[in-house]
Amino acid sequence: MIRVLLLLLALATPAHAVQPDEVLADPALEARARDLSKGLRCLVCRNENIDDSNAALARDLRVLLRERLVAGDTDAQAVAYIVDRYGEYVLLNPTTSGANILLWLAGPILLLGGLAVAVPMVRRRSQTRDGADLSAEERARLDELLK
Amino acid sequence: MIVELGHFALVLALAVALIQSTVPLIGAGRRNAAWMALADPAAVTQFLLIAFAFGALTYAFVTSDFSLRLVVANSHTLKPMLYKVSGVWGNHEGSLLLWVLILALFGACAVWFGDNLPPQLKARVLAVQGMIGVAFLLFMLITSNPFLRLEVPPLNGQDLNPLLQDPGLAFHPPFLYLGYVGLSMSFSFAVAALIEGRVDAAWGRWVRPWTLVSWIFLTIGIALGSWWAYYELGWGGFWFWDPVENASFMPWLIAAALLHSAIVVEKRESLKAWTILLAILAFGFSLIGTFIVRSGVITSVHAFANDPERGVFILLILAVFMGGALTLFAFRAGALEARGVFSIVSRESALVANNLLLAVAAFVVFTGTIWPLVAELLWDRKLSVGEPFFNAAFSPFMVALATILPIGAMMPWKRADLGRALRPLWPAALLSVALGSLVWAMQTERSALGPVGVILGVWVVMGALTDLWTRTGRGAVAGRLTRLTRLPRADWGKATAHAGLGITIFAVAAMLSWKTEDIRVVQLGETFPLGSYEVTLRDVQQEQGPNYTTTRADMLVTRAGAEVARLFPEKRVYPVQAMPTTEAAIDYGFLRDIYLVIGDPQDNGGWAVRSYIEPFANWLWGGALIMALGGMLSLSDRRYRVAAGARRSPAGVPAE
Repeated sequence: MIRVLLLLLALATPAHAVQPDEVLADPALEARARDLSKGLRCLVCRNENIDDSNAALARDLRVLLRERLVAGDTDAQAVAYIVDRYGEYVLLNPTTSGANILLWLAGPILLLGGLAVAVPMVRRRSQTRDGADLSAEERARLDELLK
Repeated sequence: MIVELGHFALVLALAVALIQSTVPLIGAGRRNAAWMALADPAAVTQFLLIAFAFGALTYAFVTSDFSLRLVVANSHTLKPMLYKVSGVWGNHEGSLLLWVLILALFGACAVWFGDNLPPQLKARVLAVQGMIGVAFLLFMLITSNPFLRLEVPPLNGQDLNPLLQDPGLAFHPPFLYLGYVGLSMSFSFAVAALIEGRVDAAWGRWVRPWTLVSWIFLTIGIALGSWWAYYELGWGGFWFWDPVENASFMPWLIAAALLHSAIVVEKRESLKAWTILLAILAFGFSLIGTFIVRSGVITSVHAFANDPERGVFILLILAVFMGGALTLFAFRAGALEARGVFSIVSRESALVANNLLLAVAAFVVFTGTIWPLVAELLWDRKLSVGEPFFNAAFSPFMVALATILPIGAMMPWKRADLGRALRPLWPAALLSVALGSLVWAMQTERSALGPVGVILGVWVVMGALTDLWTRTGRGAVAGRLTRLTRLPRADWGKATAHAGLGITIFAVAAMLSWKTEDIRVVQLGETFPLGSYEVTLRDVQQEQGPNYTTTRADMLVTRAGAEVARLFPEKRVYPVQAMPTTEAAIDYGFLRDIYLVIGDPQDNGGWAVRSYIEPFANWLWGGALIMALGGMLSLSDRRYRVAAGARRSPAGVPAE
């Protein structure tokens, strides 16, 4: 059902990503708008940012974002304005608040953990000398051969 | 009738797989040659039965048999023949059938090419392969049977999703599946080795070709998917960090780590436990990928199945196989004694670093992919993890990997002298930094991404060439050139694959930082500038395709008055599914693509037109193909064709 609705929505407004009439006259402001929209999620789409999305809602968000920028908001204020209304879900770049810090630190932590395991392992390997794992018998035979 | 036979063959395949997964395993334990020998005919029979079922389903699609539910849901009489065939796997049930077909194919290949395997190992490998077959055949027959009939067949079908009606997407899933499922062989080898309790150089030599084959197919499959996204979705993006893309990227990263660590097992009999673990994880990530795609739990562009029952079943398969294999690993890993000794500065250590970086990178992708799910389950936070996160959290590991790659590749086994390994690389290092600085000075924007991409790309490519050149030894250039042609294929494969990676890294950076974009309303006959080109909208026509209607623009691209290309971007509507698609028109070039998209008619009579210049776009897919080519060269190396047989004592294995 939802899929049908979405489809109708898409059909009713066959828009395509950023439209010429949305583009702001001030190129600096427009560039900021484009950058910011790449980090905002189109809520009815699957994993698309509002800059790329064809959906009508994405267009509304693009226009809203530009209105805030024209009104003199800073980048942070404009994004905060949208997050206030649509929730954290709209941010494609997750914040570092709360448990999200785990997400951001997962890579570095695992790298350090991996190093903590790998470095002593490599050290051990390098300290074992060739032939150290020979049995007494084998060593005797080796000595024999090397004589 | 044929459809019923196909259905029957599938059930029969399940019975055969059950035998294959039990009898040879028991036989191997009791050293009963007859029981072990049963594995061979079982694996081949299982493959033939599934191949017949697949043929039957294909027949139903080609003849538009609308008494089959699956054909009704995914086909239409007017659909071109290519998409009638590709429609077989363009849906949940059919793609699973392809999955088990490829699984059984790999099992049969182990029979056909596995003459030199010791009978016990072979029996165990095929038994584990059979177990995976049982799990997925059960999954298919219980939750996703492709052969279900309809009581009242409709007159026509509902057509395939128009986005999937594309040659790129027709071949993208089979390649990806060949890669995904190929990793089941590495898994089976790992589990068989754990049951046997021994891993030696010969094991490394047997498992590496399978991993290499899977990795090659994954590379091509991912490149095809990315290319498809680039020309079909209409804004020139090539990678979206979509959960489904990540699902194929994680096994690729782990497989890349595995095929490097398997070399260490083969040449130096070290890193055995770690290699086994990687083999298990690689297939684990394939299963996770299957789960993500098939369950629709993390919704994305590709998830066309939204059924929790199926998700739970795959999760169960994942739990049983990963749980079982990792438990076995925990008990047996200690018994895998390492032999090779190496110093802190050595090829072995460099490969440990390679493995660490690739594994951590795969883990970062994994965390980012499942984080929205975790956050919602644990803290009831609805949040998104998208491109900005992955770019920031994943890229540093790739930068580190590309930085150490040429140095590690130059190091000798066992014990290396860092200064001596670096000496031949100085020209490569200087050249890359010089070119990077030049680009930095030339470009108008402040982003460091482009120059960094140039430095890394040149460094890796030149490093690969230097590696190849130093292998020819010393002496006159003519002599070295002759020796160059006589180097083992493995050396060529290594250098080629590394160079491909360098080219890919450069192309990604170039496309992300130097793209030109233009969005505007254009009147018929109007000309507008695009970079150093001029584009004219000559005409727009409504036309009729085989199963769609299209709005087709006629656009001329010129440079200083001379024609460069005439392009026809389209906007199609597929009436059966009532779905619009954009067909960008692209002029492919060596240094740049010109990418035009026609949008909607405007109130004032003009058309919305979006145009892009995509720098070095073809280098991206070219780089990926070169990587795959490197894999193929390596696969054709003499040592895999000759005397891969008898288990040799470690002393008998040549060091290089």
